[in-house]
Amino acid sequence: MDLSLIWALIIAFAVFAYVVMDGFDLGIGILFMSFEVGDDRDQAMNAIAPVWDGNETWLVLGGGGLFAAFPLAYAIVMPATYPLIIAMLLGLVFRGVAFEFRWRDPGHRAFWDFAFSAGSLVAAFTQGMILGALLQGIEVVDRGYAGSWFDWLTPYTLLCGLGVVAGYVLLGATWLIGKTEHGTQDRAYRAAKRWAVITLALMAAVSLYTPFLEAQYYSRWFEMPYMLFASQVPLLVVIISFFLFRGLMKRHSWTPFLASLALFLLGMIGLGVSMYPFIVPDQVTIWDAAAPERSQVFMLIGVAIIMPVIIAYTAWAYWVFRGKVGTEGYH
Amino acid sequence: MFDGFDALLLARIQFAFTVSFHFIFPAFSIGLASYLAVLEGLWLKTGNQRYLDLFKYWLKIFAVAFAMGVVSGIVMSYQFGTNWSVFSDLAGPVIGPLMAYEVLTAFFLEAGFLGVMLFGMNKVGKKLHFAATLMVAAGTFVSAFWILSVNSWMQTPVGYEMGENGQFLPGDSWVTIIFSPSFPYRLVHTVIAAYLTTAFVVGAVGAWHLLKDKTNAHARTMFSMAMWMAALVAPVQLFVGDQHGLNTLEHQPAKVMAMEGHYHSYPDGAPLYLFGIPNDAEQRLDYAVGIPHLGSLILEHDPNAPMAGLDTVPDADQPPVFLPFWAFRVMVGIGLAMIGIGLWSLVARWRKRLYDSRLLHKAAIAMGPSGFVAVIAGWIVTEVGRQPYTVYGLLRTADSASPLDAPAVGASLLAFIIVYFAVFGIGTWYILRLMRQPPQTGEKGVASTERGPVRTAGITPGPHQKDAPAFEPDDGLHKEGE
Repeated sequence: MDLSLIWALIIAFAVFAYVVMDGFDLGIGILFMSFEVGDDRDQAMNAIAPVWDGNETWLVLGGGGLFAAFPLAYAIVMPATYPLIIAMLLGLVFRGVAFEFRWRDPGHRAFWDFAFSAGSLVAAFTQGMILGALLQGIEVVDRGYAGSWFDWLTPYTLLCGLGVVAGYVLLGATWLIGKTEHGTQDRAYRAAKRWAVITLALMAAVSLYTPFLEAQYYSRWFEMPYMLFASQVPLLVVIISFFLFRGLMKRHSWTPFLASLALFLLGMIGLGVSMYPFIVPDQVTIWDAAAPERSQVFMLIGVAIIMPVIIAYTAWAYWVFRGKVGTEGYH
Repeated sequence: MFDGFDALLLARIQFAFTVSFHFIFPAFSIGLASYLAVLEGLWLKTGNQRYLDLFKYWLKIFAVAFAMGVVSGIVMSYQFGTNWSVFSDLAGPVIGPLMAYEVLTAFFLEAGFLGVMLFGMNKVGKKLHFAATLMVAAGTFVSAFWILSVNSWMQTPVGYEMGENGQFLPGDSWVTIIFSPSFPYRLVHTVIAAYLTTAFVVGAVGAWHLLKDKTNAHARTMFSMAMWMAALVAPVQLFVGDQHGLNTLEHQPAKVMAMEGHYHSYPDGAPLYLFGIPNDAEQRLDYAVGIPHLGSLILEHDPNAPMAGLDTVPDADQPPVFLPFWAFRVMVGIGLAMIGIGLWSLVARWRKRLYDSRLLHKAAIAMGPSGFVAVIAGWIVTEVGRQPYTVYGLLRTADSASPLDAPAVGASLLAFIIVYFAVFGIGTWYILRLMRQPPQTGEKGVASTERGPVRTAGITPGPHQKDAPAFEPDDGLHKEGE
């Protein structure tokens, strides 16, 4: 297996780790304004406060890893999605500081709660749009972005934005189901059911739209022999959806969250099916964009040694804060 | 609305703005994380409650500062690509891996253990909690190590090969790249600067509370600890800074010429200018006031050593002079004032007046924010002084920017300015409010998520209420009413 492929997989892993971990943080953030002031909001915040910073670090690894392993792709995608990246970063600024600020200033807690929620929504929506802008294609001339200002603003990118928002809300609601009890949990079940339907509908819409954007996508999904493999993805989505709704109906604690994770994983696999081996569709392959072998090897050594350690202490941190929030048994 | 502006200049202003704002927080949190580790270590060793109180007092402040550092730092990891995409493409193979190592070895470490440090005291026990604090402190240092390695390579690039596509490619040894010639000096100088910045903040808060109540034991402890730092470390910084300057003279002489205001060469020894208005257009220092031969004495250790000036550097390769010249004077001036406070505190300590000298306390308060001014001034010296290059001598700033139009960069710059001043301004206000509370026995933690049925909004005593029970179980989590 060659180095560039390994690095593409590492970055895909970092993005997936980010999407699922910060995904539920952002999802809870988006739902935040719909929670009652007081108990519900505090429990929701407490369900993520000890872990959000670690979760967000995966975004830095995704960006940093892209910069290091595929500098050309980083240099093309960033200017192409410039306003979206800036909006996402500013959204994350408001979301991040709200964790501390809302406790420091009870007089303006309502404002910081709004900033927390709006920041989460902007970050989620722009992340979806960035994905859409990448998938629909970026104009490249001479190792640089050559498109115009508003290439990133199309019905397709907006649809992707909505899809990611819905998916994050589903992750957030199902995380809350696992972490809370009583009234808060009841409301989380109701929200999860609603957003599961919306997520699946948007996932279907994006999946049907995408193959018509590029000839390569179409051939991957609708032509033999690719279709034999590719068709397993939607099939699995149906099966996982069954478990998701069953878990929600039977009021399982963690199956809904795990099923939602599985849906995201399938979405990532679907993305891989469409894009491989391009990192900027139809323009730059992972080998074109790759940093030289020395850079990739040097970092791979670091990843091989350090990543297991990171996963171990991250798991430990989650373990320390396991259990329901807001109960006597929490500590 | 930005049509009349130059996209390159706007991109530079934007990067300067976001990175300067960002650096304020790590400059404080690098030192504060270590201070917290020292306080918790002293508490575990001596069992003295006062250290635990101080730990909890500063932990609340750390939590707010750290959150601001994290969110402004994430912006930085994307600014390279958004504003300097050509630079990112060309230098990515060399500096990208160093930044990836920063994420792997530092950011995850800080973030992974921060939750336990802030909220986990009662969950994991004292020793594991102390380990978490140490990990966060180590993370802040490791982060400084890697990012300064990146910056130093850009200032003094070595160990690279040029690729056919114009990219800088790593040579045989990564050690050569990581430890570029200016790196050891920059690392030591910057880390000490962070420690001093924190020490003067801690000293100012201690002094403030001593002015109000000189018997406050907690305020005495923090003031004393901070003044020891000032007395012992500020002089070390003068020496380290001098060494760093000599290193710069060797590798980036044009930067030193700008810092010194040396437009002309001085074959018989250069003066040290104390004042002057740099005039780049006429290539001269207006209203100059200088001490003859002192410049050569400091930089070459010989009053008559000849020194080349900017007249030996082609116009197109010269850095602007005004900012490095004045920022350097501000930095050195503050450094000398810090040494002065340190000496003053030693005298006061010797005369047993450390907790009584109101004048010293007032001076320490005035010096509270001085570290921030000095570190930003220092970065202005080194970053403006290395213009017109991003990779020194090899890649020009003008050839590094993203293919963006002025309105796009201008609009985002405006958004950053508005959001940063609003959000970080308010955050700083919250920190000042926390500092205004006197440190006391039975200090509460960061405060919390965990909430039992009795603690509903507004009932839990705040940290400023002296009657807060010292024995209340407190795992450092957020509580309503704080």
